[in-house]
Amino acid sequence: MNGYLHLWLIPLLPFAGFLINGILGRRLPKWLVTTVALLAPLASFGVVLWSAMLVWPSTEPDLPPVVMPHLETIGNWLGIGTLHIDFSFVLDQLSLVMLLVVTGVGFLIHIYSVGYMGDEEGYARYFSYLNLFLFFMTVLVLAGNALLMFVGWEGVGLASYLLIGFYFQKKTAADAGKKAFIVNRIGDFGFLIGMFLLLANFGTLTFSTIGTMLGADPGWHGGVVTVIALCLLLGAAGKSAQLPLYIWLPDAMEGPTPVSALIHAATMVTAGVYMIARTHILFDHSPFALGVVAIVGAATAIFAATIALVQNDIKRVLAYSTISQLGYMFLGCGVAAYSAAIFHLVTHAFFKALLFLAAGAVIHAIGGEQDLRKMGGLWKKLPVPFAVTTVGVLAIAGFFPFAGFFSKDAILYAAFVQGGSGRVLWFVGLVTALLTSFYMFRLWYLAFMGQPRHEEAHHHATPPSMLVPLAILALLSIGGGWIGIERFAGFLAPSVGARGAENGSAQLELILSIVAVAMALLGWFIADLLYRLKPARPAELAAALPGGYRLLANKYYVDEFYGATVVKPLLAISKYVLGWVVDVGVLGGIAWLLAGIATVAGAILQRWQSGNLRSYAAWLAAGAAAVLLFLVVPWAALLAGLTSLHFGMAGH
Amino acid sequence: MNLFSQEVPLSWYLLLSAVLFTLGVVGFLIKRNLIAVFMSIELMLNAVNLSFVTFAHQWNAVKGQIFVFFVMMVAAAEAAVGLAIIIAVFRARATLAVDRIDLMKL
Repeated sequence: MNGYLHLWLIPLLPFAGFLINGILGRRLPKWLVTTVALLAPLASFGVVLWSAMLVWPSTEPDLPPVVMPHLETIGNWLGIGTLHIDFSFVLDQLSLVMLLVVTGVGFLIHIYSVGYMGDEEGYARYFSYLNLFLFFMTVLVLAGNALLMFVGWEGVGLASYLLIGFYFQKKTAADAGKKAFIVNRIGDFGFLIGMFLLLANFGTLTFSTIGTMLGADPGWHGGVVTVIALCLLLGAAGKSAQLPLYIWLPDAMEGPTPVSALIHAATMVTAGVYMIARTHILFDHSPFALGVVAIVGAATAIFAATIALVQNDIKRVLAYSTISQLGYMFLGCGVAAYSAAIFHLVTHAFFKALLFLAAGAVIHAIGGEQDLRKMGGLWKKLPVPFAVTTVGVLAIAGFFPFAGFFSKDAILYAAFVQGGSGRVLWFVGLVTALLTSFYMFRLWYLAFMGQPRHEEAHHHATPPSMLVPLAILALLSIGGGWIGIERFAGFLAPSVGARGAENGSAQLELILSIVAVAMALLGWFIADLLYRLKPARPAELAAALPGGYRLLANKYYVDEFYGATVVKPLLAISKYVLGWVVDVGVLGGIAWLLAGIATVAGAILQRWQSGNLRSYAAWLAAGAAAVLLFLVVPWAALLAGLTSLHFGMAGH
Repeated sequence: MNLFSQEVPLSWYLLLSAVLFTLGVVGFLIKRNLIAVFMSIELMLNAVNLSFVTFAHQWNAVKGQIFVFFVMMVAAAEAAVGLAIIIAVFRARATLAVDRIDLMKL
């Protein structure tokens, strides 16, 4: 233990904010709610920065150095037989990076929310949920064992559910919340099975112990490790919206836009990537599971990108883009380039939060309109959102020198140098980069360029509390990549292993990045052609390829497919088998039977309670006579003894 | 041998007590008039009193006699309360037939 480092404060401060605003928020004045809501993540971010300073070598020579990974055990949680699970937090390179993103970006989005949610009902409720989210997310990140991580994992799911359904009076929002929660349950099922298998095979859930055991015994290969890794992958796919469980994320856009930025773009949805990086030793011991991760990632990346091509809701474009970018991160994990995946996670948190917040500023400014077809020409009226969106678009499209260029490149490079099937993954990633660039510039042109296609009457001014976070995130989106993958991977190496680049060279990396940027330029060029030079062309294209367009516009009918194959049968089973047979038939039958027995017994016994004084007296006298008989006449007692003996024997 | 010089045997007292008690019980069970029922209760109490006094005499123990005083005291209190209830019932129901005072019946 180190007297200066208090990791427990990082989750606890937002939790305190949640309690204050959650319990008292409705009675407190608004400025106080705001103060509490902002102080909690700020203080938490401060503790993270302080922790970073402590672990940084040779910054503060007076302070005792902290060696990472630093383990902080707060207390014993469970002790069942040989199984001991602690409340333990781990600070290592991986969790430190993640904490900086979560609390840093989280704090910025809290500031933004003050402006965005200013006139909304349930202001205190909103911020209490947001603080609750930060609590669970930091628990998830800091957790030293899988079970504590699962607590955070479920908790962020809860916060996500509450915030998606924030406008719970709107049916679509309430439904979207439920959808997110239920789809995540499927993933959590995988996580749970994975944990049970870990317990059964390793006898522990502590990440470091599992790592040591796997490292010590080279016999752990394939087999059970593969099964565990695949179960964990299912959990990660649920949380991080990968195929086939991505369907909840687009609907999650029903929540307030800052929520989409914080939870459904920057932090929570990256928990799956974080979890794979945290348990990467398992995946390293199972090439098959790793291959599945890569395929899932690549497939999701290109799949979601194609859907994003034709979406008209600005937030849905960004949602599919998020799914696609998360696919990149999985692809990175799948080629064992964990540091590249985490690097992309960090830069994506910057530019996707930026894009969402800028979209929120646009939506806020034009009175809640989200349809791209009704925007247009906004660059003049909304210069700051326009400028920062431009930065975000350039960053996500992967233009040099914006943040996305470095991280996306690192993943594609890692896939390419793997050789063999890695080349296919690289190619899929490259096509996705082209698509990404296209749909982001499509959004950019539709929203900000061309002629205005909306009514001017509803325009609101954008408050400074929204502009400042935008500016900071824009700077991070520009400069965030300059850390460089080499330095970043070097820093993360103790946590997630060194970056494998045996077959690579600086020259190859340069060529690949030129190809990637060329792809991004091509995407821009096509978008420019279709949405600036010939605005009529997209409609013509859609008309020329009605089947393809409808397939994309309806999102490959996946929701409909799930509805027909999963939801409808489940509903039918629930209604007919569980509802009628089990509930009404069995359970209801038992209840009716018991009630019937009671009624009949009552009908018989109530005759005793005649209300007639003399009958009571007669019973009394008869009872007294019986007792007397018992006491006085020996053979009566003998008879009674025999009777009880008889019943006693019958009882056995 | 003079019949009258001899003490009355214990069993006679007890027999009398039992007869009185049984009369009380039977009266309690078969009488329809509430006042008659009430008097039957008094009869039972006094039957018990008689056996108390008998045993007290037999064993030369004063406890039994003291107990009789207690019983008489309780009986007096009971008479006061009981008669008041009977009057109240009669005023409310205009009858003293036990069978018709069955408000507690379901």
